Amino acid sequence: MTTASLAVEREPSFAPSEEQELLVREVRRFAEERIAPGTRQRDRAHEFPTEVLREMGELGLLGMLVPDAYGGAGLDSLSYVLAVEEISRVCPSVGVTMSVTNSVCCWPIARFGTEEVKRTVLRELATGECIGGFGLTEPTSGSDAASMRTQARREGGEYVLDGEKAWITNAGVGRYFVVLAKTDTAAGKRGITAFVVPADLPGFRVGLPEEKLGLRASRTAQLFFEGCRVPARYRLGEEGEGFKIALATLDHSRLGIAAQSVGIHRRALELAVAYARDRVQFGRPIAEHQAVSFAIARMATELAAARVLTHAAAIREAESDAGRWAAQAKAYASEAANRACYDALQVHGGNGFSEEYEIARLYRDVRVTTIYEGTSEMQRLVIARHLLN
Amino acid sequence: MHIELSEEQVLLRDSVRRFAEEVVKPRAKEIDESGEFPRGFFDQAGEMGLAGVAVPEAYGGSGMDTISYCVVIEEISRVCATSGVILSVNNSLVCDPLLKFGSEEQKREFLVPLAAGKKLGCFALTEPGAGSDPAGLLSTARRDGEDYVLNGNKLFITNGTHADVALVFASTDLEKKHRGITCFIVPTDTPGYSHGTHEFKLGVNASGTTELAFQEMRIPAAWRLGGEGEGFKVAMSTLDGGRIGIAAQAVGIAQGAFEEALAYAQERKQFGQAISKFQAIQFYLADMATELDAGRLLTWKAAWTKENRPRFSLEAAQAKLFASEMAQRVTNKALQIHGGYGYTKEYNVERYFRDARITEIYEGTSEIQKMVIADQVLKAV
Repeated sequence: MTTASLAVEREPSFAPSEEQELLVREVRRFAEERIAPGTRQRDRAHEFPTEVLREMGELGLLGMLVPDAYGGAGLDSLSYVLAVEEISRVCPSVGVTMSVTNSVCCWPIARFGTEEVKRTVLRELATGECIGGFGLTEPTSGSDAASMRTQARREGGEYVLDGEKAWITNAGVGRYFVVLAKTDTAAGKRGITAFVVPADLPGFRVGLPEEKLGLRASRTAQLFFEGCRVPARYRLGEEGEGFKIALATLDHSRLGIAAQSVGIHRRALELAVAYARDRVQFGRPIAEHQAVSFAIARMATELAAARVLTHAAAIREAESDAGRWAAQAKAYASEAANRACYDALQVHGGNGFSEEYEIARLYRDVRVTTIYEGTSEMQRLVIARHLLN
Repeated sequence: MHIELSEEQVLLRDSVRRFAEEVVKPRAKEIDESGEFPRGFFDQAGEMGLAGVAVPEAYGGSGMDTISYCVVIEEISRVCATSGVILSVNNSLVCDPLLKFGSEEQKREFLVPLAAGKKLGCFALTEPGAGSDPAGLLSTARRDGEDYVLNGNKLFITNGTHADVALVFASTDLEKKHRGITCFIVPTDTPGYSHGTHEFKLGVNASGTTELAFQEMRIPAAWRLGGEGEGFKVAMSTLDGGRIGIAAQAVGIAQGAFEEALAYAQERKQFGQAISKFQAIQFYLADMATELDAGRLLTWKAAWTKENRPRFSLEAAQAKLFASEMAQRVTNKALQIHGGYGYTKEYNVERYFRDARITEIYEGTSEIQKMVIADQVLKAV
């Protein structure tokens, strides 16, 4: 969305457009019919939802923000966060797989890729032919991304990558990864360069899937680069621009995680409400006890706050303070979703501690939202930096 | 969806901010300490069209929308929460119900001067024994020919010491509980009407809060607002709107405190550097900004919903609950950032901190908001 489209003659409006409402209805139907029935089984089996992702690709849900010209749906950021919310509500694992492909793979390629890469790689991703990922984090480089050790050495028309990346969503199932590596180890963050790396290149290896607390149906593993030769045309932006590209990508991707958090939060509220209405103690549904109904009121209010912050961040994406809005949405929505899952589990009592009930999985799934794509602490640093500048 | 103010709203915000900075702010500390009701402020605000922001021009108002109204209350409260609530009561709790439930005649006689700021209004629902449960009120209205005769007492009535017109809730049939409550428009010079002196309070100290007493107060039936027994509906519907005003007030208080804290953190040096360089302070500021934006957006969303949807109770209650509790947290952190200075009268944050407290209580406590929200959510999801 451009500044010009924020027409100032209009007063604020809190209604999505008709197209956005239609999209939400379609995505919700797909999510309930095609994703929700298998969520529990996939979580138990740590099974990646290959078929679901294929169908989502056909629906255009994996390249939502990519222009039509490159096979994407050409939608706006608000449509995107609305869709991620609907998907994450029924399965946060599919939600993050979707968010990663859209936000940290397609988005930086669409923005910084060469025309050739956009016509080939981006088209494959955006049309749902394959999914992708993003390799920034390393075993010893998390929040301090500039301390990364992976190197890329220029050799003729190629770069030779050596190093390893950790906690990479879609590792082993993705076909393309946006990878950050140092082309100049003496230049600090200015020595970092971004590349698109096809997973089938020699010297590219994927580790064993991580066993995680939650999001068990999303795939997470390490990436290893051992003399992996990447053609120079797969470089994103110029040499040394990688850190800037990574930060811009993360600013954008926070919208996806905020939306994922909102979807989880909404589901936790639904589960708490349903349980509180059914469960009878002291002769009446526990929903009629204020301790329970007030917890539900708080969940609903914080959900409204998280959602409006997320939507605001999406529609402000082209503004100069977009980074602050995205960080605010991500920090608030993820922490509110964690509180909501905690409270919703509490409403379930002992039953909530049993995997028989959906809230137990959500409680595990939600935990990572305050951690990945920038911890809450990093979000607060970003916000403070904007405020103090 | 979009969240930018329109050009007209930006102009309004800028002119109200100028008025707030130049006229309201210089007196904020003084009236907080003395408790003197700022009638002059209300008169000036009336001249600027701020007494009936969302009332149509035909009835003396400014004919703007509810988000514009929120902008006005936020900007005034940003410098003086007392002045903010005085305006909010006149707009939300007096003009609004007159517009919604008043007859054409009542609107011409009462709404026009109130919306134009020629007269000041107050809203008399609470009683010593009827706070969150207004259906338990004991004031009575006895029909006598073409008149009603009112007896009873009201408590904590904002603007009560200076109001020219009061909306009074009294029971025409105590046995019917809330179905017996009726609303009346009462000029405060009516024989039998009296008010107390202003109540010294923790915060919003100059808002003319006082008790009212009605002794054999005779008013014509033509001053009844809505039908007999419709008073509870009038009160609940009015409070839905009032909550948006209080949410906007809370946002304004928080914004004022936040700005002071942000400036102070960059000036104050400890351990050889500005305290804004420390993560602990940065994280406070980050949380304050985040919650402020959420509170403001929820408030605007409630205002938008009031204008564009048939029901807005849920949105108003959520905005009020969130914004008031947010203001409490933000003013608390603002004071903390100021350290010992924040605890003194030398800085404004101690006043913001005290003023924020009432927003969690009046026009429905946080507990009442949660009851409203839980009721809607348990029905809807």
